[in-house]
Amino acid sequence: MRKNSTKLIILAVIAITCMLLFALYDIQGGFSYAFPKRLERMFAMVITGTAIAFASIAFQTVTQNRLLTPSVMGIDSMYEIVQTIIYFALGSTSIFVVSRYLNFGVSIIAMVLFALILYRFLFRADKHPIFLLLLAGMVIGTLLGSLGTFMQVIIDPVEYESLQARLFASFMNVKTELLFLSAGILVLAFLYGTRILHKLDVMALGRDNAMNLGVDYDKMVLRILILSSILIAVSTALVGPITFLGLIVSNLAYQYFATYKHSVLIIGASLISIIALVGGQFLVLHVFNLTTTISVIINFIGGLYFIYLLLKESRKAG
Amino acid sequence: MLIVTVIILSVISLFIGAIDIKPSDLLNWESLETQIFLISRLPRLLAIILAGAGMGIAGLIMQSLSRNKFVSPTTAGTLDAAKLGIIISMIFFTGMSYIGQIIFSFAFALIGTFIFMQLLERIKFKDAVFVPLIGIMYGNVIGALSTFLAYEANILQNVDAFFQGSFTLVVSGRYELLYVAVPAIIIAYIYANKFTVAGMGEDFAKNLGLSYRTVLNIGLIIVAIITTTVILTVGIIPFLGLIVPNLVSLYLGDNLRKTIPHTIFMGAAFLLFCDIISRLIVHPFEIPVNTTVAVIGSAIFLIMLFRGKAYAKK
Repeated sequence: MRKNSTKLIILAVIAITCMLLFALYDIQGGFSYAFPKRLERMFAMVITGTAIAFASIAFQTVTQNRLLTPSVMGIDSMYEIVQTIIYFALGSTSIFVVSRYLNFGVSIIAMVLFALILYRFLFRADKHPIFLLLLAGMVIGTLLGSLGTFMQVIIDPVEYESLQARLFASFMNVKTELLFLSAGILVLAFLYGTRILHKLDVMALGRDNAMNLGVDYDKMVLRILILSSILIAVSTALVGPITFLGLIVSNLAYQYFATYKHSVLIIGASLISIIALVGGQFLVLHVFNLTTTISVIINFIGGLYFIYLLLKESRKAG
Repeated sequence: MLIVTVIILSVISLFIGAIDIKPSDLLNWESLETQIFLISRLPRLLAIILAGAGMGIAGLIMQSLSRNKFVSPTTAGTLDAAKLGIIISMIFFTGMSYIGQIIFSFAFALIGTFIFMQLLERIKFKDAVFVPLIGIMYGNVIGALSTFLAYEANILQNVDAFFQGSFTLVVSGRYELLYVAVPAIIIAYIYANKFTVAGMGEDFAKNLGLSYRTVLNIGLIIVAIITTTVILTVGIIPFLGLIVPNLVSLYLGDNLRKTIPHTIFMGAAFLLFCDIISRLIVHPFEIPVNTTVAVIGSAIFLIMLFRGKAYAKK
């Protein structure tokens, strides 16, 4: 345990260094203009990183596998679909589009419902093999993504433009106006999370063991699935989908910490996640002088890492 | 039955569009309607049929060679590799001719698929679902590389528009490249039995006196030719090569000589159907056909995954 706390401190120091570098490096001219802007973007990345790490690890514990994350199952494409449906059904002048908070609230509720239906279908009593679930998840992601595009092109092109600009975030287009709301949701989620950390530890032992130890397993699974969907919704609303981040950081955390304690795993994964996003974006912008966003690079590295994990898993199965 | 469907869909396809053309208009050779018919509608129909048939055959060849029902240009990185080739030719060889783009895209599609097939040979665990999963991830990695290059060269929007998959730009003079798919399909038919044997594995094929490497390479070259011509003329058509051969083998089995003609017609019918939907739903505008194909195709694939578990495992 002591060793793990040292590791956590090391990660925290690296994360803070990355944040300082990102916020202060090579800041020229209007400090008063650039600094708050940078802080906003950095804050958005920290929130996103933490939310994704938390959601992925909790999700992996309740689904009992380390290769699935909500994003890999296509949950973040759902955010886009929900937005499009709202826009499609109610039009651009509807209160659900104009009011950001209302829009955010409705999207989160719709997304959680969608996610639960999807999970109910995928994680039925008769267990589907993990590779089938993964492939199905990827295809569902494609289906939802193209369904979203499909609806968007049916909409009047002018409305579509405004939909794109107003509702869909990316690292180029961080929705800073949702920052405080997202931070609030994240704090609430964390408060709840700290209360269930020990339950997560027990649930990692499997359904039967957890129930023997007095955990209301099925109820907890439902709650955690809802919680992770909300967190993914928050991060997607802020910076857009980043498919493989959760997968990379959770698996790195499992490997690095070699523990089953969720307090260590979740904090560790969050720190790795912040380092990856803030440090990665810093490297991309200032060291390599590239215009690419960090999500493209994460998808590249994450894809390779995922193939590696799959091959490792297949050796176990074959 | 299948042929009748294709004919009916073709007729529908010929007579829908922004400008109303009645069959009677065609009697007047000089009329505007006849001109539109000959310059736009007919080439479009031919392009759809060729692209649909070609992608179906490409999928069928890959499935027999890998002996896996779910390997196809979509799930083996072929489409992504061809796309990467085109992007590289756009960025680094700006003045490159059309022929140059064709060669580049072809080379990348071929190499990309070849690498995947090599990878496949090394994987011990040849599960029906595991292999396409690796293939999709492999395609994603190549795709991320493409996006990265497009970002850096600031041509992301051009690229997106380029690959959108649209038959709107198919007019006479712009689709003829697709005819290259015709000899490719004929060669596929001639080699059909050899592909089946090669799919049995290298040792088995050699025992039967077959030059395994040659057959494998011919198969991959045909796949690359078809994919390249389709991408360059109409854009990326996903999932078609995956689901059409599977639908055919559901009722016809796996004898390639028998299934190739059916795959050709069903591929054409499927794409015609998707194209007609894309043109009618926001008439007189159009939806990119690859969006419609992706929605319908991925839905069918999902059903196959869950309904046909036993069947997928051979």
